[in-house]
Amino acid sequence: MAACTTFVKLNASSSSWIGQQSFNQRACAFPSRSRVSVVRASSSGSYTDELVKTAKSIASPGRGILAIDESNATCGKRLASIGLDNTEVNRQAYRQLLLTTPGLGDYISGAILFEETLYQSTTDGKKFVDCLRDECIVPGIKVDKGLSPLPGSNNESWCQGLDGLASRSAEYYKQGARFAKWRTVVSIPCGPSALAVKEAAWGLARYAAISQDNGLVPIVEPEILLDGDHPIERTLEVAEQVWAEVFYYLAENNVVFEGILLKPSMVTSGAEHKEKASPETIAKYTLTMLRRRVPPAVPGIMFLSGGQSEVEATLNLNAMNQSPNPWHVSFSYARALQNSVLKTWQGRPENAEAAQMALLVRAKANSLAQLGKYSAEGESEEAKKGMFVKGYTY
Amino acid sequence: MSCYKGKYTDELIATANYIGTPGKGILAADESTGTIGKRLSSINVENVESNRRALRELLFTTPGALECLSGVILFEETLYQKSAAGKPFVDVLKEGGVIPGIKVDKGTVELPGTNGETTTQGLDGLAQRCQQYYTAGARFAKWRAVLKIGPNEPSQLAINENANGLARYAIICQQNGLVPIVEPEILVDGSHDIEKCADVTERVLAAVYKALNDHHVLLEGTLLKPNMVTPGSEAPKVAPEVIAEYTVRALQRTMPAAVPAVVFLSGGQSEEEATRNLNAMNRLKTKKPWSLTFSFGRALQQSTLKAWAGKEENIPKAQAAFLSRCKANSDATLGKYEGGASLGEGASESLHVKDYKY
Repeated sequence: MAACTTFVKLNASSSSWIGQQSFNQRACAFPSRSRVSVVRASSSGSYTDELVKTAKSIASPGRGILAIDESNATCGKRLASIGLDNTEVNRQAYRQLLLTTPGLGDYISGAILFEETLYQSTTDGKKFVDCLRDECIVPGIKVDKGLSPLPGSNNESWCQGLDGLASRSAEYYKQGARFAKWRTVVSIPCGPSALAVKEAAWGLARYAAISQDNGLVPIVEPEILLDGDHPIERTLEVAEQVWAEVFYYLAENNVVFEGILLKPSMVTSGAEHKEKASPETIAKYTLTMLRRRVPPAVPGIMFLSGGQSEVEATLNLNAMNQSPNPWHVSFSYARALQNSVLKTWQGRPENAEAAQMALLVRAKANSLAQLGKYSAEGESEEAKKGMFVKGYTY
Repeated sequence: MSCYKGKYTDELIATANYIGTPGKGILAADESTGTIGKRLSSINVENVESNRRALRELLFTTPGALECLSGVILFEETLYQKSAAGKPFVDVLKEGGVIPGIKVDKGTVELPGTNGETTTQGLDGLAQRCQQYYTAGARFAKWRAVLKIGPNEPSQLAINENANGLARYAIICQQNGLVPIVEPEILVDGSHDIEKCADVTERVLAAVYKALNDHHVLLEGTLLKPNMVTPGSEAPKVAPEVIAEYTVRALQRTMPAAVPAVVFLSGGQSEEEATRNLNAMNRLKTKKPWSLTFSFGRALQQSTLKAWAGKEENIPKAQAAFLSRCKANSDATLGKYEGGASLGEGASESLHVKDYKY
């Protein structure tokens, strides 16, 4: 697919350009098919149409999300793993490598950024958000402020970030972001307690309503952590409970479902369970859960990889796309897209091109998986290595 | 366990799927004795058992009608009745490929402290009754919860109470082998516009599915019987295509894909209106991972009743009227209704009765 050929000439501020054009109207080869002629006014007021269009654009066939919203501390861990210091220059260099990969927009429809990255540019002075726009990739922004211990719970966490969220979201919109992401977690070994589930769901619902009110499509992410030795049936039970609560509170907060995306964990057994489930089993349990809990109005479900190896994450996604689903079922991967890239780059400029190729290889594999057409033949050993870290903190 | 899993799981899922077979739907013939009395008196027929039996026989033995139906909801009395030739109605239906169902609720009572809102009774002894009905041949059940739109209605209390009742009823049915039809009817009475109806319907359905999920109901083994999303009875009418868009959108926002079918109630719409609206929904090009079909009472029987007028010599005419409506609605489930189903007398007549009590 050629880069988009028809778009309005840039103004001095890319954000006012983006204000005039929604991603779906341009010659990106992913037109929406179903028209939404009757859209109720809700608390998201003037942004409703744009939210719906943006969500559809991200949920386009053969594409998914590249998650590169690691906080500075977490990005530091990635850089340290290849012997680099955690400086702004290095973070900028790494993100530039990823975001200037030619042809990335063939497989990637959205990129989640950390706040620092949203305001950065390439070494040539081109804004990262413009690099993305040129590839028909929607820029997104992590808006939560991380996890804290939840008092009165069983050692569980809650996610913070509602204070000032409205004005931050409005600023991010001005800078060019069009979707947001908020990650909360639920732990099966810790229960989960009803309190933790309720807090996770309510926080997500409030965040979602505020996001929509300020023009950002909220990605709703209650990650059910892989930690634990529980069987897959237990994960199904917990996932159903969590999503029932999430959707109920989203409805209570008058969130427009046609303008959200989900980022669930797949339904698998716990990392320490004696048996590992096959991709077909994971697909069956995950799709059962989605069919029981996700209203068809939601346009896209972008799975997190949560410690699976690159190949596992792709195989599982592929298994879920062997027959039509009422929503776009795709990926929003961080480690499962970046692992090989980092290892190839090693921080050396002479490796940059090869590293970009590695990203395209993973992105294309997941694109095929979204279409149900992936085969694991020819995958490298590195790509098959698991990335589960017990007690992983972001 | 995440939801009901027991000896009836496979059968519940198969039954629910069968009800949603394209080209078929449900005849709601479960009028209580009191209610059927109103119908009979409207055609000057005495409300005695033999007349009630005769009316139902007329419907069930209409040649060709059963092919348009996947289920019939019966009142308890009818479940145990036979045709004039001595064949149990349950067998007549089964032989015609139609699944017998049974109304199991015991009517509504007022909620104190509200402005005339109600809750539905019938949970006491429900498990045993379901077992008896299963033995008698029933394979699905129905329970009607009622809500209304007003300045302060439906109240959160009414929504919570009715949703909880539906969920309790549903899981008890599943444990005893009956597919529960979940019916949260929002009455059409009022002067509100279609936006208001959509808003209320979405809130109510969100609460209903939350309750079903909390009570571990197996969604794949249930059916939903909602109102269509329309303007109030005293507000200006809108086109079937508009009703279709609002209704399907409300379901997209609330009804998980695991539920195999929606069986709409007609709630006072005329026979022709109900059919046209259902048809428009099935023509709509949008995401619909469930079947959209009918569970009509008045909207299938009105012209039939008028044609019959209680007289034996009118039976062929009455059966022709009934077949015509069955075929029209069967076509509507496929989006193929072209209108002009031989309009029996009364087919365009509104069947709305203000503040309708069942």
